[in-house]
Amino acid sequence: MSLFTEVPQASPVAVFKLTNDFKEDPNPKKVNLGVGAYRTDEGLPWVLPVVKKVEQIIVADPSLNHEYLPILGLPEFRSSASKIALGEDSPAIQENRVGAVQCLGGTGALRIGAEFLRRWYNGNDNTRTPVYVSAPTWENHNAVFASAGFEDVRPYKYWNAEKRGLDLSGFLGDLESAPKRSIFVLHACAHNPTGTDPSHVDWMQVAEVMKRRKLFVFFDSAYQGFASGCLEKDAWAVRYFVTQGFEMFCAQSFSKNFGLYNERVGNLTVVARDADNLKRVLSQMEKIVRVTWSNPPCQGARLVAVTLTDPELFAEWKANVKTMAERVLLMRSSLRSKLEALGTPGTWDHITQQIGMFSFTGLNPKQVEYLISEKSVYLMASGRINMCGLTTKNIDYVAESIHESVVNVQ
Amino acid sequence: MALLKSSKIISTVGVYPSLGALSIRASSWWSEVQMGPPDPILGVSEAYKRDTNPKKINLGVGAYRDDQGKPFVLSCVRKAEAQIASKKMDKEYLAIGGLGDFNKACAKLALGDDNEVIKSGRNITVQTISGTGSLRIGANFLSRFHTEARDVYLPKPSWGNHTPIFRDAGMQLKAYTYYDPKTCGFDFQGALNDISKIPAKSVIMLHACAHNPTGVDPRPDQWKEIAELVKKRNLLVFFDMAYQGFASGDIDRDAWAVRYFIEQGHNILLSQSFAKNMGLYGERVGGFTVVCQDAEEAKRVESQLKILIRPIYSNPPMNGARIAATILNTPDLYKEWLGEVHGMANRIITMRELLVANLKKEGSTKNWQHVIDQIGMFCFTGLKPDQVERLTKEFSVYMTKDGRISMAGVTSANVGYLAQGIHTVTK
Repeated sequence: MSLFTEVPQASPVAVFKLTNDFKEDPNPKKVNLGVGAYRTDEGLPWVLPVVKKVEQIIVADPSLNHEYLPILGLPEFRSSASKIALGEDSPAIQENRVGAVQCLGGTGALRIGAEFLRRWYNGNDNTRTPVYVSAPTWENHNAVFASAGFEDVRPYKYWNAEKRGLDLSGFLGDLESAPKRSIFVLHACAHNPTGTDPSHVDWMQVAEVMKRRKLFVFFDSAYQGFASGCLEKDAWAVRYFVTQGFEMFCAQSFSKNFGLYNERVGNLTVVARDADNLKRVLSQMEKIVRVTWSNPPCQGARLVAVTLTDPELFAEWKANVKTMAERVLLMRSSLRSKLEALGTPGTWDHITQQIGMFSFTGLNPKQVEYLISEKSVYLMASGRINMCGLTTKNIDYVAESIHESVVNVQ
Repeated sequence: MALLKSSKIISTVGVYPSLGALSIRASSWWSEVQMGPPDPILGVSEAYKRDTNPKKINLGVGAYRDDQGKPFVLSCVRKAEAQIASKKMDKEYLAIGGLGDFNKACAKLALGDDNEVIKSGRNITVQTISGTGSLRIGANFLSRFHTEARDVYLPKPSWGNHTPIFRDAGMQLKAYTYYDPKTCGFDFQGALNDISKIPAKSVIMLHACAHNPTGVDPRPDQWKEIAELVKKRNLLVFFDMAYQGFASGDIDRDAWAVRYFIEQGHNILLSQSFAKNMGLYGERVGGFTVVCQDAEEAKRVESQLKILIRPIYSNPPMNGARIAATILNTPDLYKEWLGEVHGMANRIITMRELLVANLKKEGSTKNWQHVIDQIGMFCFTGLKPDQVERLTKEFSVYMTKDGRISMAGVTSANVGYLAQGIHTVTK
């Protein structure tokens, strides 16, 4: 008799299952528009040239070793990463009230932030503080906050499926009606999965309500640089909220903008009222880290720190990021014009209006199913496609397939 | 002053000043957050760093040092790294459970190549964030699925981080007698007495080899009795193996207890770390294994482990696992690794002998045999907290309050000074 006889089979994570199914598909025309990883026009993963360069620097340096990092991570990484989010000359940084925790990817940063909030925010161990995530949102947001102990994870209105755009009044309405001190997870830019971001004016309204109603700001920034091609532009919302005096968290990922997916490079930037509050917050985050992974992995953080702190390498990195963002923009305009040329029913300007890696096509589950099973074009059930999966070689096939699915399936 | 600052901010962003922004500066969400105490183990290294005494010695955290007191990057690791760099691999996400080549090799290393468990596919081994990450996943798994018994029994004493890990995961901590302070050795009878009273289905944590912090391991015949008693009591065994190869210098010998328990029918949980035996500390390389009834159960358990892992860090880091897998799967490198692990273990054994010899030379009349009898990176000196404090204050020798020293921090150059210090505070 086993202790684990009653352990049920859990269903697989959808996005990884999609890639698995794609791998097993024998159709030579297959296209993977699922998981969010950048691809070149050859459909291949891209190790950034600057990363290759820095890797060689690291491998060749005999003074480097594999010793433990401090619990909170590599200091040069933490500070240079926070500067990327908040700006080199951020007053908050100058006022010594910005700190950070190096974490395992954006996921790890969200998790450490969530664990801290559950213990220390809105009273101690207040697991009933509502956590609001956008409708829709990255599918792991729910699980991160729920696993951290929050009992009440709820959606806030965000995507208007009819309009295929932002439901601003719904969003503001949910902010107005949320219990005070609720936590809101905001996408800094390139909203996943919709690709639809609030405008500057929209963000200003959001900030005003959040400040007035004492709501907690938790930014998820996984695509800085990737959305517009410009780091500063993509950080506008985060920086604006800082100027508005919020104490807030920003979970940063360097998976996409550095292409360092499997090295798990993330940073939880903490903006506090003052240095003293910051110190105490970090000390408690240290305790959480110690019982989760003790200290973070060194390789990826070192790569990023070396790059960000060397002017030439930094410039080269920004150029690499621009390359990726520009290819995505090209695919967007290409896909839109092909669909319009085919006369595919519906409007397709949302393809170029949306921003970042993803597009919420508006395809319904039946149409998605058709695309997968009949055309071997793999995308999420929500209709989300990864623009990076498109290339000049497969875009005609994809456009035709979408056309077919829209015409044949309602 | 505050007003001036605000207008500077405003001019940067071009937004009309909001009075609300000014008043909110007064209070903080975090006013009630207490200062967390420094970590008892990692805090020692931090205190050591601040000390300006040129003779200072860090015997705190268990990280291996060579005889010059320097971190040691294994030659097989450098070779593996060069090999990996030349292959120009991509950086795509690993699966949630990690690098397959690493997981297979990790299980083989612990259980033996020909182990029936591996052959029948009834183990699930996932890559984890070193030993800590492995223990945490295990603790989370137990908390969610082992609901009939919430108690985890740790040996007294155990690694300081065991308790907070299991507690944070929602388990309750209890202890069984292990260390005998009178002999600085294993209290075998005490352990058996306590284990015989542990309620059925409770979890019992066993250190596979090189017990941390005491360095005191059961002998094989003692392990046999423990295995039998644990089976009789129907306890769930969780092995923590952070030092395979490091204890005796021989990886099979160090895994003997783990393999014996499995042979005796215990379906164990196992945490492995490659921090010390491959010197991959900061790369965070580890494995978590559940030995299941059969392959079908292993699949179910695997699916649940992924559900636990995904909301913590999604998938594990590649670099260290790739290095470890390369070493374990390349015969030349594997052979070289075995030699280097043996070398590290030997240096430790030599330092133990030197320390005792030097203590005798200093004129100490105390019995220091335990320093030689204990095994692995750590030595439980038997020093009391006040003696430890003196050793730190007067000699700048840094160690944990429980009297534990990391032998890895001892060198031919500092062993004399260390003996002097220890003798001074114990005579």
